[in-house]
Amino acid sequence: MKVRPSSNPVTETVSALLIPFMQLYALYLVAHGDLGPGGGFQGGAIFAASLILRAIVFGLDAEEERRYESLGGSLAAAGVLLYGGIGLLCMARGGSFLEYPALPFADPKTAYHLGIYGIETGVGLAVAGAMLLLFMKIAGSRDD
Amino acid sequence: MTAAFPLLAEHIPALLVLVPLLASVIIPFSPAPLRRAGGAVAVLANAAALALASALALEVFRLGRVTYRFGGWAPPWGIEYAVDPLAAIMLLLVAFVSFAASVYSGAAASAEVAHERLPYYHSAALLLVSGLSGMIITGDVFNLYVFLEIASLAGYALIAAGRRRDALVAGFNYLILGTIAATFILLGIGYLYMAAGTLNIADLRERLPHIYHTRTVLTAFAFLMVGFSIKTALFPLHIWLPDAYTYAPSPASALLASTGTKVGVYAMLRVTYTVFRPEFDASVVPMKTILLVLSSAAVVYGAVMAIAQKDIKRMLAYSSVSQIGYIVLGAAIASESALTGSLLHMINHALMKASLFMCAGLMLISTGAEKVSDLKGAARRMPLTMAAFTAAALSMTGIPPTLGFVSKWHIALGAVEAGLWAVVPVVLAGSLLTAVYFWKVIEPAYFSAPAEGHKPDTPAPFWAAAPAAALAGLGLLLGLAAWTPAAGAARAAGELLLK
Repeated sequence: MKVRPSSNPVTETVSALLIPFMQLYALYLVAHGDLGPGGGFQGGAIFAASLILRAIVFGLDAEEERRYESLGGSLAAAGVLLYGGIGLLCMARGGSFLEYPALPFADPKTAYHLGIYGIETGVGLAVAGAMLLLFMKIAGSRDD
Repeated sequence: MTAAFPLLAEHIPALLVLVPLLASVIIPFSPAPLRRAGGAVAVLANAAALALASALALEVFRLGRVTYRFGGWAPPWGIEYAVDPLAAIMLLLVAFVSFAASVYSGAAASAEVAHERLPYYHSAALLLVSGLSGMIITGDVFNLYVFLEIASLAGYALIAAGRRRDALVAGFNYLILGTIAATFILLGIGYLYMAAGTLNIADLRERLPHIYHTRTVLTAFAFLMVGFSIKTALFPLHIWLPDAYTYAPSPASALLASTGTKVGVYAMLRVTYTVFRPEFDASVVPMKTILLVLSSAAVVYGAVMAIAQKDIKRMLAYSSVSQIGYIVLGAAIASESALTGSLLHMINHALMKASLFMCAGLMLISTGAEKVSDLKGAARRMPLTMAAFTAAALSMTGIPPTLGFVSKWHIALGAVEAGLWAVVPVVLAGSLLTAVYFWKVIEPAYFSAPAEGHKPDTPAPFWAAAPAAALAGLGLLLGLAAWTPAAGAARAAGELLLK
């Protein structure tokens, strides 16, 4: 089954208005994760939801389907590698895995915040990528 | 090696889990040339993990216990990895078998897994290893649950990768039961946290004895034991296993049968001996008695069912149910010899069952044989495969110079020492029945003429046959030099009981 548009002016207009704000809100949640409610998982899920909403409302042609899938895979892999990479960097700098103060920043407090921020970004990418992949595997027409 | 890289040595526990995890992500999402070389990447990652596990085992046997703190947080607040001799042996076992299985997969997985799914297959296999290593190494019960889920999800995918549509059904059934098991385990962990206010295993051990008799702790224990019994496929909760191992691709069956259920038993041992102390068993729940009855039933039931099977892989799957019975039996008797036997049997079963499933895959590749009746005269058509199969079958049965003899001997000895005379005939009967179902394969293979007009045979790829033969040979070798692994396992067993 191809991902087809619903071609309804109400959903199209509302989605077109909503999608940029959803994405902005997703980024806010990722960035704000270590201070308040939110975080990588929520941000990533909402970001993926915005792309899935676009696919459901406006439809995807074959080329877009291919790009959605490869985007999902790359985001998921990049997220895990970012997370693991920050952990490994902490190790290389003499800390233990994910010991943020060991990161190469001016003071430990900054390192701590930026470390968590990096981790949350990694989680967000992985979650968004995995959700996109799941959606494409279920709703897409590609077979591999 | 550890002296040359002091920085690396310190981080081995974390790297052991990270290396396969990161490799599993890299394989399917990398550019096409690297994707096609996924099998080689998996072998490299597993070789690295094996080197790390060996270095860690040396370190643990030198120091007694190695720990690692994540993020610089001290336990019990932070997540801790804790490796004692038992964990070191298990890590080495998982790393070794998965290395052998990855070599086999690289050469033979393409025969049973669709071409475009191969990168995902290798990725899932690495993810499984990462999850299982994490389950063994972690010193935190919630972390144990997370790794259990990683390993389980990878396991469902591996099973569903089989060639037939039945594989999807088998994978789905396991998914349902595995999720029930994981939910039970999570509930158990939740109740433990509710009662004791901590998730760190060492900390739980200190705090729980004061509240052993509360209903919360009892409930937690019950949920954990039932959950891990499903993951271990302990009779009568084994029903997911025969279909799963039959329809999964042979390399996946080899990997899952040899590592997945063993780590389940390991987790069960951790819960009964490390999180809870032996006094809990004596004063609150007669868990040993329950396990003794169930595992004795498993030994006999699994073997009888294996005799009745016509499909080679299904026979091996029921044989797993029986051998898991032996492992749990040794653990339930809980004397030092029986525990040593149980650990040795884990090693024996892991190596031999991996070899046997690999042989089953080789039979399929070279002659298309899937049923026991297809094996008439098979020894003439594929002498090396049948020789490896026979050697592994001998060790599984427990014929003297093999490792299987040493392990079953210790279990029987432990039963005698503990005065559990009723268990001794179970151990012996199980061995006899094991001999019967393997004889059903070996007899037609060696003593019948090949059927007329069979299709010409395809020679098995060398790198697929080599690991099967090497693992089977190792059973004989370890049996002859039994004092080395026996000494290590005994020490681990003693540590486990007396700590």
